[in-house]
Amino acid sequence: MDINELIGKLQGEFEDIPPGTLKPESKISDIEGWGSMHALIVIALADTDYGVTIKGDELRKVQSVQELYDLIIEKQKNPSE
Amino acid sequence: MAFFSVENIRIKGIGAAVPKKEISNWDYTYISESDRKLLIKTTGVEKRRTIGDSGVTETDLAKAAAEKLLIETNTSKDEIEILVFVSQTPDYFLPASSILLQNRLGLKKSCMAFDINLGCSGYVYGLSAISSIMSSGKFKKGLLLAGDTSTIGTPWEDKSVYPLFGDSGTATLLEYDETAAKTTFSLNSDGSGYEAIIVRDGGTRSPYTRESFDLKERNQGVIRADRNLELNGMEVFNFSVTVVPKHLDEFLQKTATTPDSYDFFVMHQANMLMNETIRKKLKFPREKVPYSIQKFGNTSSGSIPLTIASELKDTVAGEKTFLMSGFGVGLSWATVSLKTNNLICTDIVEI
Repeated sequence: MDINELIGKLQGEFEDIPPGTLKPESKISDIEGWGSMHALIVIALADTDYGVTIKGDELRKVQSVQELYDLIIEKQKNPSE
Repeated sequence: MAFFSVENIRIKGIGAAVPKKEISNWDYTYISESDRKLLIKTTGVEKRRTIGDSGVTETDLAKAAAEKLLIETNTSKDEIEILVFVSQTPDYFLPASSILLQNRLGLKKSCMAFDINLGCSGYVYGLSAISSIMSSGKFKKGLLLAGDTSTIGTPWEDKSVYPLFGDSGTATLLEYDETAAKTTFSLNSDGSGYEAIIVRDGGTRSPYTRESFDLKERNQGVIRADRNLELNGMEVFNFSVTVVPKHLDEFLQKTATTPDSYDFFVMHQANMLMNETIRKKLKFPREKVPYSIQKFGNTSSGSIPLTIASELKDTVAGEKTFLMSGFGVGLSWATVSLKTNNLICTDIVEI
């Protein structure tokens, strides 16, 4: 996958966020209306579509969409972590 | 390892009762309209039932469900030899609510009765306990009553719990029958996660004080008292999408079954996104997995039988094979595979 695929999937899930808002450098905490429901959706998406488990505290440390992408790739390479 | 089978016991009928008062999450104006939409889409909960300030308790709901079930299955009260009540919202600290129900239902005094204090996994745990005892004692008939009135502990000011939970009471009639297929259980627990879902005050570890009732802001939109239900959504979510599917995979392997082997997979109604994640990981087709969470919310130990009574009533004629799984507070998780034969489901009673 590449980062645009991830952005496309996130955009598809977050109907409340206007299209085009999400970019690799977008700061997650700055996304208007970002909340705990979005976090659950990201965890579910990472699990179902990418086969990786992101913990709550790991997600809280993620600053940008790029970092989220990097975390998923890292976890796919090292499934035990 | 708590993996075992019980012989000669079959579920004959399932009934459920809910409070009349319905709440719609579309009216939850404590959060913004877009948050409301996202909440309903993610959790799946549109409507819920609540006891409100009616004074109705869990034993009232369980009694109503049981009475209708006994009538519709043509069961005499004198035939019931065991009553098990599963709930975390009993009438009193003591005595046990099951014993109150023996009297209120008019069951005979030689009927054994006890409570099980479990939530999300409680129905499957309850089935295991009552089935095992009935099988070894060759008891002809038994009643499993399961449910919670969780809304007593979920304040409007706490968006992490208020829109999720609903109240219900359920009744399951089991019978001894030597032609019944075996019922297979896997029961598990992990107390290291005890804080994931907890009511902190009111037990003996942390008795009520005046402060137990003070609403305090914990996070944005999360204002609760220590007597209220506290839910760490992220932790529960992670547990449910990792430990639970792995456990279910192992269960399928050990029982040499696949999703094709079952007519229905009925999960505890926790949260739509969470349940759907589990379903997809196990590759169960959507049409085999019923949901009542849209209508009733997360109904704790009542959720599995309520879902069967509400969603499967007209599809359970003949022989049906069920996989049922409950997971959550404890942490505790449990799965059962069983067969029914012309299962009787009553209409849902409103009180």
